[in-house]
Amino acid sequence: MIEFTLWDIARNLLLASRWTILLSLVAFAGGVSVGLLIMLMRISKRRGVRTFAKGYIALFQGTPLLMQLFLIFFGLPMLGFRIEPWGAAVLCLTLFASAYLSEIWRSGVDAIGQGQWDAGGSLGLNYVQRLRLVILPQAMTITRAPTVGFLVQLIKSTALTSIIGFEELLKTSNAINNATFDPLTVYGFVALVFFALCYPLTQYARRLEQRDDRIG
Amino acid sequence: MSSLDFGWLNGALQVILRGAAMTLFLIAVTTVAGTLISIVLAAARRGRHRWLATIIKAYVEIIRNTPFLVQLFFIYFALPSLGLRLDPIQAALLAMTLNMAAYTTEIVGAGLDAVPLGQREAAQVLGLKPLQVFVKVVMPQALKVIFPALTSQIIIMMLESAVVSQIAVPELTFEADMLQARTFRAFETYFVIAGVYLVLSILVRRGLILIGRRTLSISDS
Repeated sequence: MIEFTLWDIARNLLLASRWTILLSLVAFAGGVSVGLLIMLMRISKRRGVRTFAKGYIALFQGTPLLMQLFLIFFGLPMLGFRIEPWGAAVLCLTLFASAYLSEIWRSGVDAIGQGQWDAGGSLGLNYVQRLRLVILPQAMTITRAPTVGFLVQLIKSTALTSIIGFEELLKTSNAINNATFDPLTVYGFVALVFFALCYPLTQYARRLEQRDDRIG
Repeated sequence: MSSLDFGWLNGALQVILRGAAMTLFLIAVTTVAGTLISIVLAAARRGRHRWLATIIKAYVEIIRNTPFLVQLFFIYFALPSLGLRLDPIQAALLAMTLNMAAYTTEIVGAGLDAVPLGQREAAQVLGLKPLQVFVKVVMPQALKVIFPALTSQIIIMMLESAVVSQIAVPELTFEADMLQARTFRAFETYFVIAGVYLVLSILVRRGLILIGRRTLSISDS
């Protein structure tokens, strides 16, 4: 029987939290890139492209993240693609994040209004230039608060990857719990670490929201 | 090994329906209990007692800033050491209700803030007691404002409920795990079950909009 001190539990969980942080950052970066693409498809003039983006978003917003994770981790190998827990976690959270972020930003683009598109056009800007120079900067600015808010969702969602065996915070805590039989301390501490990661972001999102309300 | 096989579905339909029924049961209880609690909390948070408001705020922030799965594990694995032993369904219902109530407290609160003060004053002038003012005048108007956000939250909660399969609650995802363990058709099983969730989320949304239209006379959105 190995004795675990409180410090042992805390140290191991803090060490494991770097994987939680890294996964969150990589998935957020992936979600931002893919999400931007999906958002552009969603506002496309072409009906087929638009329908695809709508279907993509409906799929990822209408099914549980856990199902998506199982499909990728257990399902893909059956179709002949081998995938590790880390790869499955990054792929799944990236797809998931892209669906939500694209919808958040589209609401921003919708809020900008036709006048800005027209104004850009009258200055002789083409579609890409109008998007890049006029529409997106404004759309991204007014959707900063919900974007940061979604980052909080994403960080919390990384806990699910423990189920497919990715060694993040919760997976490590399950292992420690099996060794210490002290779920109160272990899960209490896990909750505390997640809270410490998420709460500052929540507060930041709230400040952004209030600032936007004052301006807007 | 790459050809898809959906032949196993024949015998699986009953299992899937049973799991879906459990998922719907969980979300139905959670929605009713969570919303009622959140109405009390949102009202109390706007009441006279500062300390009560602080406690409610702390509860909302703790729930909103920690993963649902961690909350579930805490309730199922850690509460027994404090003397509260729950079976998986009870633990799932408690975790889901606490989670739902925290999110809807924010939503209901926004709805309450949106009702003009004049409405309250008018009701008071008509001689209604404070509780009557709240139940008959303020709440119906607030519910109307927050109904779309409430609907979204219910769908999100239903999709998040998939993780209660991890403490062996026999809902849709748990049945899916059983099915794929028996059939060895992981891709097809999870594909079909994801489809069932998609249909459920569409049906629940439609159903709620219908209820909203009937009871709160909310126009189409």
